[in-house]
Amino acid sequence: MSDRGTLLRVTQLNKVYRARTGDVEAIGDLSFTMDAGELVCIVGPSGCGKTTLLKCLAGLLRPTGGTVEMHGAPVTGPSPAMAVVFQEYGRSLYPWLTVRGNVELPLRHKRLSRAQRHTLVADALDAVGLAHAARSHPWQLSGGMQQRVAIARAVAYQPEVLIMDEPFAAVDAQTRADLEDLVRELHARRGISVLFVTHDIDESVYLGQRVLVLSHAPTRVREDLVIDLPADRDQITTRALPRFTELRTHVYGEIQRARRGQNVAPRPAP
Amino acid sequence: MTAYPGRVVAAPRRRRAGTRAVTGLLHALGLPMLLLVLWGLVATRATNRFLPDPVTIADAFVDTWIGPAFVQDVLPSLYRLGLGVAASVVLGVAAGTVIGLTPWLRELLEPLLEFLRAVPPPVLIPVAMLLLGITDTMKVVVIVSGAVWPILLNTVEGVRGTDSVLTQTALSFRVTRWERLWFLVLPAASPRIMAGARQALSVALILMVISEMFASSAGLGYRIAYFQRNYLVAEMWSGILLLGGVGVLLAVVFGVVERRVLRWYHGTREVNRV
Amino acid sequence: MPVPTTRRPPALRRALLGVTGLAGFLVGWQAIPALGLIDPQYLPYVTDVLARLAEQLVDLAFWRRLGSTMTSWAIGLTVATLAAVALGTLVGLVPFLRRTTHTMVEFLRPIPSVALIPLAVLMFGIQRQAALVIIVYASFWQVFVQVIYGVADVDAVARDTARSFGLRRREQWTHLVLPTTLPYLMTGLRLAAAVALILAITAEMVIGNPGLGRMIELSRSGGDAVGLYALVVVTGLLGLAVNLVFRFVERRTLSWHESVRGERAL
Repeated sequence: MSDRGTLLRVTQLNKVYRARTGDVEAIGDLSFTMDAGELVCIVGPSGCGKTTLLKCLAGLLRPTGGTVEMHGAPVTGPSPAMAVVFQEYGRSLYPWLTVRGNVELPLRHKRLSRAQRHTLVADALDAVGLAHAARSHPWQLSGGMQQRVAIARAVAYQPEVLIMDEPFAAVDAQTRADLEDLVRELHARRGISVLFVTHDIDESVYLGQRVLVLSHAPTRVREDLVIDLPADRDQITTRALPRFTELRTHVYGEIQRARRGQNVAPRPAP
Repeated sequence: MTAYPGRVVAAPRRRRAGTRAVTGLLHALGLPMLLLVLWGLVATRATNRFLPDPVTIADAFVDTWIGPAFVQDVLPSLYRLGLGVAASVVLGVAAGTVIGLTPWLRELLEPLLEFLRAVPPPVLIPVAMLLLGITDTMKVVVIVSGAVWPILLNTVEGVRGTDSVLTQTALSFRVTRWERLWFLVLPAASPRIMAGARQALSVALILMVISEMFASSAGLGYRIAYFQRNYLVAEMWSGILLLGGVGVLLAVVFGVVERRVLRWYHGTREVNRV
Repeated sequence: MPVPTTRRPPALRRALLGVTGLAGFLVGWQAIPALGLIDPQYLPYVTDVLARLAEQLVDLAFWRRLGSTMTSWAIGLTVATLAAVALGTLVGLVPFLRRTTHTMVEFLRPIPSVALIPLAVLMFGIQRQAALVIIVYASFWQVFVQVIYGVADVDAVARDTARSFGLRRREQWTHLVLPTTLPYLMTGLRLAAAVALILAITAEMVIGNPGLGRMIELSRSGGDAVGLYALVVVTGLLGLAVNLVFRFVERRTLSWHESVRGERAL
């Protein structure tokens, strides 16, 4: 990435769901920024409105107050600079399309030649290690492979930021570790900025360059923590580092306090 | 990059042939054969006026339907049936998609559609005769006016039931409206649409026969009614058999088409069940 | 374009829109002959049709015909259901029978029931029995197929539950076969009820046994367009009533047994 400027700026974001039974404030007052080329993890207690936040960022949900800006321009709808990987891979891939068809679909409205499109698709499938499965249908693949297809689809879309909503919550541990390394690799090799939402503390520390810890609903940022682990990480050695343990213990404590609802954030949001 | 462990699950394959095929064939054809023999015995022993033996019916079948009658009576009937079903599918899917995607329109039309669907389709034949006279158009219109409802209502339900995550995925990738329709909404609704089409097919066949019995001087339905009125019992039976054959053929063709169109659907269900 | 949060619209709005739709249909109907688009001789004014409908409702002869149609419907549906439940359970429970009857069923089921009308007339003339043949034949398959599905479903559930708990035979029937099959049976019954009504009226139209169907045919041949349309509306209302009643019954049994059937309700 050439410019290291601010990519994403979220200012005083607020979201209230209006329901007949009464209003529910999902996001209280949330602000943060993200630089181009960063890999930022967002972690919070369950039910803290992570998915709501993500949908607001991706332009799928209109916030009640506050702004989301990409490169200084407000985000009012889904942006071509963002690609989302949803948690429910089984429901975000189109079962009637092949793997190739799924990856290609978002490219159809981009002004690309057929050859360019095919190159992008092949390249993305190669990047996630699924070149051999291009002609299969999603239902013929295991859960981990399906999520790889979803990642390939996002990569082929050539976004500036990849937004991932608890993408590995529904796969087994070994697959999960592989997919985590895949995300780190895509970030390192291709320089894609990644915003990774998770409820798994270890995952957030292992993956992120920064970790944003959220409070319980109405959500705000409790802490913005820089992960000062070496850039070269691997599942065994990194997770065994004393610093890793310190960081995860710290985040764990924050989450516990968030769950209990103590709002003594070290760095209260303005 | 490491080679990722990945396994493509093969589609379920046929069981091995051999003895299985033989017993399968016996099971499949045993009972029909048995009944046919029984029928022959009963028909020859007790000379029932209304039940000729199979050989007589087979002769009548060849004499009646093989030849010009096929071109004069059978083909036009099938042509009208095909036209009616095709028009019903196009109309039903188009209208069903629009209604399914527009909540206020759906609420506006719901009670009305509920009523129109409940009207027994054959009573529309006299109405169509009144409005259009005894014409081929009338017969096609009758078929459409009965067969369109199952397709339309199923399409509405199918379109409504599109998975929200699939829709959000399409929106987040800024997939255009027409691409969404073609790659998301219609495929997602296709299992329901096919279920509707299956119902529509049997309704259409009934309406084809009745409209010809009622108001025609040619066609499969007319011929059968004619044979009955003139006590040509064996010919009548051959007509019933032919109609049955048409019904079975349509069911088989539909089954093949459905398996092709909904391969992903059956595959997904198969995987989920395991 | 942000996705709006889906919210169930208030029932009042829904009802108002529905009534508006119906009213729009009636106004449109009235407008077509009024504007001279179609001669009232062929498409009479809706007001005339509704007036005739009101007249019929106080006419004893009308109720007698309605009763005749519904009697055929009820007898046909009952006979078909009883036969289908008995045969369906038997065939569903015995794998040998299921295999041997499969081709036969697949061949007989798609035969349009109306093809049998000439045969029925030949055998019974223009009596109710002729209509019953058609009604029973058509509605039988609806229930039969559902019962077979239901019993096959018992098989799957049974393997999981009964074996592990060691239920006795009678307990299996009351706790397993009946609860699992009942929703399927109700679905079949709902479909069969609609089909039976359609064929009861169709048979009267074609065969000429007394009932609403014959009245429709007589109105047409007598050139009484108003009477014809009024009767068509009556059959629609009748169909609606049958649908609603049986859907209600089906939903009741479904809600009792949702846990058994799970998400495979289709």
